[in-house]
Amino acid sequence: MPSNHIKKVLLLGSGALKIGEAGEFDYSGSQALKALKEEGIETVLINPNIATVQTSEGVADHIYFLPVTPYFVERVIEKERPQGILLAFGGQTALNCGVSLYKNGVLDKYGIDVLGTPVKAIIDTEDRELFVERLDEIDVKTIKSHACESIQAAREAARELGYPVIIRSAFALGGLGSGFCDDEDQLNVLAEKAFSFSPQVLVEKSLKGWKEIEFEVVRDRFDNCIAVCSMENFDPLGIHTGESIVVAPAQTLTNHEIQKLRELSLRIIRHIGIVGECNIQFAFDTQSEEYRVIEVNARLSRSSALASKATGYPLAFVACKLGLGYGLFDLKNSVTKTTTAFFEPAIDYVVCKMPRWDLGKFRGVDRELGSSMKSVGEVMAIGRTFEEAIQKGLRMIGQGMHGFVENKELEISDIDSALREPTDKRVLVISKALRQGYTIDQIYELTKIDKWFLRKLQNIRRIGDKLHECHDLMQLDADLLRRAKVYGFSDFQIARAIGLEEKMDMEDGVNAVRKRRIELGIVPYVKQIDTLAAEYPAQTNYLYLTYSGVAHDIDFARDQRSIVVLGSGAYRIGSSVEFDWCGVQALNTIRKEGLRSIMINYNPETVSTDYDMCDRLYFDELTYERVMDIVQLEAPRGVVISTGGQIPNNLALKLDGQGVPILGTQARYIDNAEDREKFSAMLGRIGVDQPEWSALTTMEDVNRFIEKVGFPVLVRPSYVLSGAAMNVCSNQEELERFLQMAANVSKKHPVVISKFMQNTKEVEMDAVARDGEIIAYAISEHIEFAGVHSGDATIQFPAQKLYVETVRRIKKISARIAQELHISGPFNIQYLARENEIKVIECNLRASRSFPFVSKVLKVNLIEMATRVMLGLPVEKLHKSFFDFDYVGIKASQFSFNRLQKADPVLGVDMSSTGEVGCLGDDSNCALMKAMLSVGQRIPERGVLLSTGGAKEKAAMLDAARMLREHGYQLYATGGTSRYLTEQGIENTLVHWPSDADQQPQAIDLMRRHEIDLVVNIPKDLSAGELTNGYKIRRTAVDLNIPLLTNSRLAAAFIQAFCTIKPSDLAIKSWEEYK
Amino acid sequence: MKKVTLLLDDGTKFHGTSFGYEKPVAGEVVFNTAMMGYPESLTDPSYEGQIMVMTYPLVGNYGVPELSTEPNGLTTYMESPSIHPRAIVVTDYSAEYSHWNAKQSLAEWLKSEQVVGVTGVDTRELTKVLRENGVMMGKILFDDEPDNIPTAEYEGVNFVEKVSCKDIITYRSGKPDAKCVVLVDCGVKENIIRCLLIRGVDVVRVPWDYDFNDLEFDGLFLANGPGNPDICETTVENIRKFLANPVVRPCMGICMGNQLLAKAAGAKIYKLKYGHRSHNQPVRQAGTTHCYITSQNHGYAVDDTTLPSDWEPLFVNMNDGSNEGIRHKRNPWFSAQFHPEACSGPVDAEDLFDKLVKLL
Repeated sequence: MPSNHIKKVLLLGSGALKIGEAGEFDYSGSQALKALKEEGIETVLINPNIATVQTSEGVADHIYFLPVTPYFVERVIEKERPQGILLAFGGQTALNCGVSLYKNGVLDKYGIDVLGTPVKAIIDTEDRELFVERLDEIDVKTIKSHACESIQAAREAARELGYPVIIRSAFALGGLGSGFCDDEDQLNVLAEKAFSFSPQVLVEKSLKGWKEIEFEVVRDRFDNCIAVCSMENFDPLGIHTGESIVVAPAQTLTNHEIQKLRELSLRIIRHIGIVGECNIQFAFDTQSEEYRVIEVNARLSRSSALASKATGYPLAFVACKLGLGYGLFDLKNSVTKTTTAFFEPAIDYVVCKMPRWDLGKFRGVDRELGSSMKSVGEVMAIGRTFEEAIQKGLRMIGQGMHGFVENKELEISDIDSALREPTDKRVLVISKALRQGYTIDQIYELTKIDKWFLRKLQNIRRIGDKLHECHDLMQLDADLLRRAKVYGFSDFQIARAIGLEEKMDMEDGVNAVRKRRIELGIVPYVKQIDTLAAEYPAQTNYLYLTYSGVAHDIDFARDQRSIVVLGSGAYRIGSSVEFDWCGVQALNTIRKEGLRSIMINYNPETVSTDYDMCDRLYFDELTYERVMDIVQLEAPRGVVISTGGQIPNNLALKLDGQGVPILGTQARYIDNAEDREKFSAMLGRIGVDQPEWSALTTMEDVNRFIEKVGFPVLVRPSYVLSGAAMNVCSNQEELERFLQMAANVSKKHPVVISKFMQNTKEVEMDAVARDGEIIAYAISEHIEFAGVHSGDATIQFPAQKLYVETVRRIKKISARIAQELHISGPFNIQYLARENEIKVIECNLRASRSFPFVSKVLKVNLIEMATRVMLGLPVEKLHKSFFDFDYVGIKASQFSFNRLQKADPVLGVDMSSTGEVGCLGDDSNCALMKAMLSVGQRIPERGVLLSTGGAKEKAAMLDAARMLREHGYQLYATGGTSRYLTEQGIENTLVHWPSDADQQPQAIDLMRRHEIDLVVNIPKDLSAGELTNGYKIRRTAVDLNIPLLTNSRLAAAFIQAFCTIKPSDLAIKSWEEYK
Repeated sequence: MKKVTLLLDDGTKFHGTSFGYEKPVAGEVVFNTAMMGYPESLTDPSYEGQIMVMTYPLVGNYGVPELSTEPNGLTTYMESPSIHPRAIVVTDYSAEYSHWNAKQSLAEWLKSEQVVGVTGVDTRELTKVLRENGVMMGKILFDDEPDNIPTAEYEGVNFVEKVSCKDIITYRSGKPDAKCVVLVDCGVKENIIRCLLIRGVDVVRVPWDYDFNDLEFDGLFLANGPGNPDICETTVENIRKFLANPVVRPCMGICMGNQLLAKAAGAKIYKLKYGHRSHNQPVRQAGTTHCYITSQNHGYAVDDTTLPSDWEPLFVNMNDGSNEGIRHKRNPWFSAQFHPEACSGPVDAEDLFDKLVKLL
């Protein structure tokens, strides 16, 4: 039993979502907090990520929206005086922070116990040399790695090992700054970058092509160990596990091999002395039982979240309890609730995790997959055949795929090299190669993907070919149809394969297939995830659907007391943890009312897919087909589609068409808001202005329209054709270049062009309405001018610098729109405002990204209100005025450009941030400073490089530049900026663009020498030369890990903040202390 | 592939297709929740005469290794030289395997050993039926043939006799002055013998009903085996003699060996409501904080409450509290209901063999 001197525990969160550190830590932190709560321990949480579930009311006792850095954590410790600290639940950020606090004596000074794995053990796993030494002691093989502290040493190590080698920086998040080098030239480039992240760089022999196997291992302080799950990467070693498709349990290893790795895992966890959970990654030869340990993560990880969801074993919860001193034998299996937590789940299904990339959003990004992670989210598919799981997974990642076959034709010029050098499209390339007659052996040689996986994919292809032989639904052989479903074909794939697309609208085609298979009795069955493969009876609400079955594991009440909530699917740019928060709040509200909550979602990183959060969890697809399957079985009172972002929103019309009861705003009104033409017509009717726009099909029309409205214009090419992003074009040349690059204009795929408003404020209205009447709202204001996507913008709430008149008009227009669209539930409207002139950009009849932020600043849960509205329960109208607030909330965006090699880190009308934070402060400066420090900005200590764009931006930055100088910063400026500053009497040093290579000093050299520790680079326009020079500066800043600002309004605001106040001036106040 | 039906005694039917030898069979239908290790399970003599159901849906992935034999007479990769169950039932057989060490597919192996294979069955649902019934007989019938095979009859069938060796076999560890252990073969898994040999102990394997008390040896090993322990009264008698011998020598038992030792000591055996048929059985050493994840396959258990006063439980199942091993309070006699030799399954408890060897 645990010692009971621990009364108060501090838990470190992971901050904003970024590539390599995402929603999984909201899940693990939430689990840990739940475990602490169960023990009656008072909890303190530091996490600036305001959109998370863990930072919600009632999850932790005291929540600090502050940066997870040693400085701020120490100040919180000083104030809160906890007895214990948990470091393992907030990713690498929390772990690194904890190690610093240990090393600088803070933990000692305040007498704080590190609960769970001791820091010493953490250091043993993080420091490569120590790690190898420790594993040598127990005869466990590691990848021999040379720790180098200079590029010269790295070169020598590589020569000794022989190329290819892999290099990685020590102490870095999921493979940051690492990569493969085939020769010394590549090593020189990569090593420099790696050294910018860490003083130590590791050079290792590359084992490219080996299998990668992972184990999640748990140990208690009594030395009892379990290996909860084995996982096998579909992709061979060389592709980061976060970039790989991963299956659980391991599929291609014999009992002897698995037991060997399992025994090694247990030996390792015992020797290192983990108390709690760790992840162990192995490289495993394909031709023998040779292995190497790649690494040990002495903390909860993305893999542990996946393993928890894959098996039903709540690793984070158990790890937290073990940290408090429990033995595994003290704890219960939280699925069965009767058997012990000391067991290893038996799985009777196969799980397939698939990464979700958004590389299309980034200009210039390197698409090749490698040892560094680029994916922004992931999905987990469950099936009873591998084919079923992988086809579900391919649909779940939501990038237009229908499965392994029957997708839009991919154009690849050279299949061989596309197979050899994998990109985010790799599965599609394999599909294409199989169709073109590549043999399994050929594909294996090029990809090194185990032939077992390839043969399974070939099986899908074969079934697809069989389906193609049939051209009439009624003639389709029932056995073949069943086989197709067992192997994961969707109704859509079947409809397309048998050629229904040519005969009818695909929506009808899909329904025809559905009808036919139901007639034939081919329906999916609901199975439980019970952790013990049906060996004993277990009551569990953790469910999935499969066609490999003949009976349901559960009964359906069908009593009108169930409410289905549709989740938000894979995290992606534009939709992530904020919608998970919304979904969880909806579930909580439903449960509170004594109704049954049913969640459908498939994202293993989320809290909404924790089976404790609802009465039934369907870990399954959010497609029309699957949602209909579940709705038909459950016969719910209604379906909530407005808390999961765009995926459920897009299902509104189709579900409504089948008579599914949709709660809240009705489908046709959603359509009226989503359909640009209808929405525009409505705005015209009610006399609300919007930026002029037109959908155009010929170049002549485009030119005519632009003649009328003038440049700049916002151009949205048809997504179907190009998948390309929107863009702003400020002259004819740019327009033509962009349209050529993005898409050719055609009748079928019109391009939407709208007038782009410059120097205009963007304002957001987040609100809840009931029967067309607004009952609660929040108006927030972007710091940047319009042109930065609202998901990338820095947002303050309450709005601080709007005219009262502007606010009044926005309220009025919003009320009018709410009435017109009969809104019942959450909605968001984005406005442009200049001189009290208000225009509507868009309106979403669902919760928006900013709902958790405004809810938490308001301290009113807007989703709870909205859900009550949707359930038809009484809700009181909110009366809270702007003037009631003695504090400000600022939401800032987190970018992950450091992960996205070669991508231009510039902001535009398309979103590119991967996460966000929200911080509170007594005024804007305080809140902004906390928020910016939370997203990785640092206060410079030496020099600032300024290239401040066009005339307006230069002027906007003038005061900030003067302030920097007054505060003793050395200013460096490029050509035009330098001249401008000199004219204004601000001392600065002229530095040169990369294109003027013969001139000295070069901006980039100064950055390399770290004489510059803040770069402000405001792009003037998109002209070619500007792009190249600016791009090189921006990219260098990112690669050298120098803070970068690319927007003049934000840069000015941040500079003003850090010149006006010091971090020590910031009040350390918990959420509840802002009143 | 031919369509087949698994017909259970209670009338429940499961449809599938055949991938192994084509011949209707009848037997007791049992399940196992292990996620790997089908070659080991199929050659485990404890499955003699049964129809083995795998809850893990994907089977056959890594093929079957060479059926080779080592110089000492033991197989290289298996638990005995041949397949013991009459059939294997799975959800999704992987016809195409992939492994560097595989020599043939599971289907090829089944056909060569005349064992039936069925795929396409909802083995989760089937398991739910089986677990509620304790013992369930069933038949696998080919849909294009009439049902003309008799129902399996297990009453009085001595499966131990079928799988036990017929003559004494001696295995030498090669270590000079090696200690000698007599192993009573009620259907021993070869890895038990390997675990002893590797620790430098010579093994004398004797038939299940052989009275080993006249042999010269340093320790006794009671192996696993199929079926109901009540069949092995002869063995129990021999063990009783051993326990009564004034020259006290160490003894260790596994699985049925545990039950036989308990019976010899005077305890009773009963049938579990839910048998243990998995790789993930949690076991705690009685009165300690030491826990093991173990591999198990049994439907009977020792009734702790009937243990005589000089015996005590050694291991306890952490899920249902049933007995997982016993030991004598003074003498070096102990046994485990689970399989420390694993194969397939976790190897956490292999140190029990070290304990025996130390006692010799």
